[in-house]
Amino acid sequence: MTKTFATLAALAVLTASAAVAEVPQEVKARQGQFRIMAINLGILGGMAKGAVEYDAAKAQAAADSLVAVSMIDQAALWPEGSDNMAIDGTRAQPNIWENMDDFAASWAAFGEGAKAMQAAAGTGREALGPNMGKIGGSCKGCHDSYRAPQ
Amino acid sequence: MRGVVKLLAAVAVIGAGVGLWITAPDRVDPERFSTLTGDAARGETIFTAAGCASCHHEPKAEDKLILTGGMAFPSDFGTFYAPNISPDPDQGIGGWSVEDLANAVTRGVSPKGQHYYPAFPYTSYAKMKDQDLVDLHAYLQTIPASATPSKPHDVGFPFNIRRSLGGWKFLFFSEDWVTEANAEQERGRYLVEALAHCAECHTPRNALGGLDKSRWMAGAPNPSGQGTIPALTPDKLDWSAEDIAYYLESGFTPDYDSVGGHMAEVVDNFAKLSAEDRIAVAAYVKALTAP
Repeated sequence: MTKTFATLAALAVLTASAAVAEVPQEVKARQGQFRIMAINLGILGGMAKGAVEYDAAKAQAAADSLVAVSMIDQAALWPEGSDNMAIDGTRAQPNIWENMDDFAASWAAFGEGAKAMQAAAGTGREALGPNMGKIGGSCKGCHDSYRAPQ
Repeated sequence: MRGVVKLLAAVAVIGAGVGLWITAPDRVDPERFSTLTGDAARGETIFTAAGCASCHHEPKAEDKLILTGGMAFPSDFGTFYAPNISPDPDQGIGGWSVEDLANAVTRGVSPKGQHYYPAFPYTSYAKMKDQDLVDLHAYLQTIPASATPSKPHDVGFPFNIRRSLGGWKFLFFSEDWVTEANAEQERGRYLVEALAHCAECHTPRNALGGLDKSRWMAGAPNPSGQGTIPALTPDKLDWSAEDIAYYLESGFTPDYDSVGGHMAEVVDNFAKLSAEDRIAVAAYVKALTAP
């Protein structure tokens, strides 16, 4: 009897831990890089909108950070089986893995936008808006195809 | 007894007559357009604000001005496919007059007098201004033609009886505005409730597919199955008017996440409109009340 309880308890613990399975490191890492992007886009966007006073050094640092993120090799962050059908905690759709070339091209488009921002960010507030638009377009282009709605 | 039979027969005839009258397609008065001339450049702005290309472009096509159609719209009633609305005279709408376009867009009635399914948002476009329809007609002649035939809808019985849509329209079709607006708010209301047809996705629907206007813009399940369309009402959306206008321009949320799904196409359209129009839409959204 005691043994049965112990078995049941063990099973319960196992089931519970399976339900709250850890999000894989790769998924955490790729989500982290998107957060770094968002924070730096926030600095640039705030200045572009006029909500925050333009500061050439801060704008340049934010743009440099975007370029740095764009240079992280994505191959290691998108292992097979890390889509939203396979695991919880991600909105990455399985069609990413069916269209890896296009997905990589979308990431490269972000890199292009980040480099253009890097070249322009220190030159004045007016340069930020159009470059935000370019980067935003690359975000949209990819999310439209590969990210599930909330 | 004979009296009762006569009475029943009379009731049946009247009932059938009323049924036919209710389900008969209702057309626009062509006189409305007889003195108006279309301006294709203005029509392009109407086309953009109304988001025509966002649903009628070929799925996955690079050039979103080739309006071959084919995009799928799954629903509880079957799957609808956007038709070819390019100016091709046989497969598209190149042969349509202004009245034909007005009947389609504002009444949901085809040139042959068939009802369209309300996946086509004519319940919103019903409020379009006459001049805007004429301008839109002029613009639609200028885009590339595509000879690809439209894909038939995949809709089963009884929803495949188009005449029954007359009953649906009787219940749910209305040209009335949903919200009150003063002179300053009119542009925003026209953009949101008519052209951009925001409520078609952001307002939940009842069992028959009619918009639940008591929960106007309160968010809804995504008809494509995945996720939900977010609420725009103040109990759920706490963005400032500036945040909303900037989102419509850049696709960035206040915490610099980016727009996704079909809304990305909507933002593409709003980005091409004027800053004043985006501010007008933001003001409309901020004036919404919680359900």
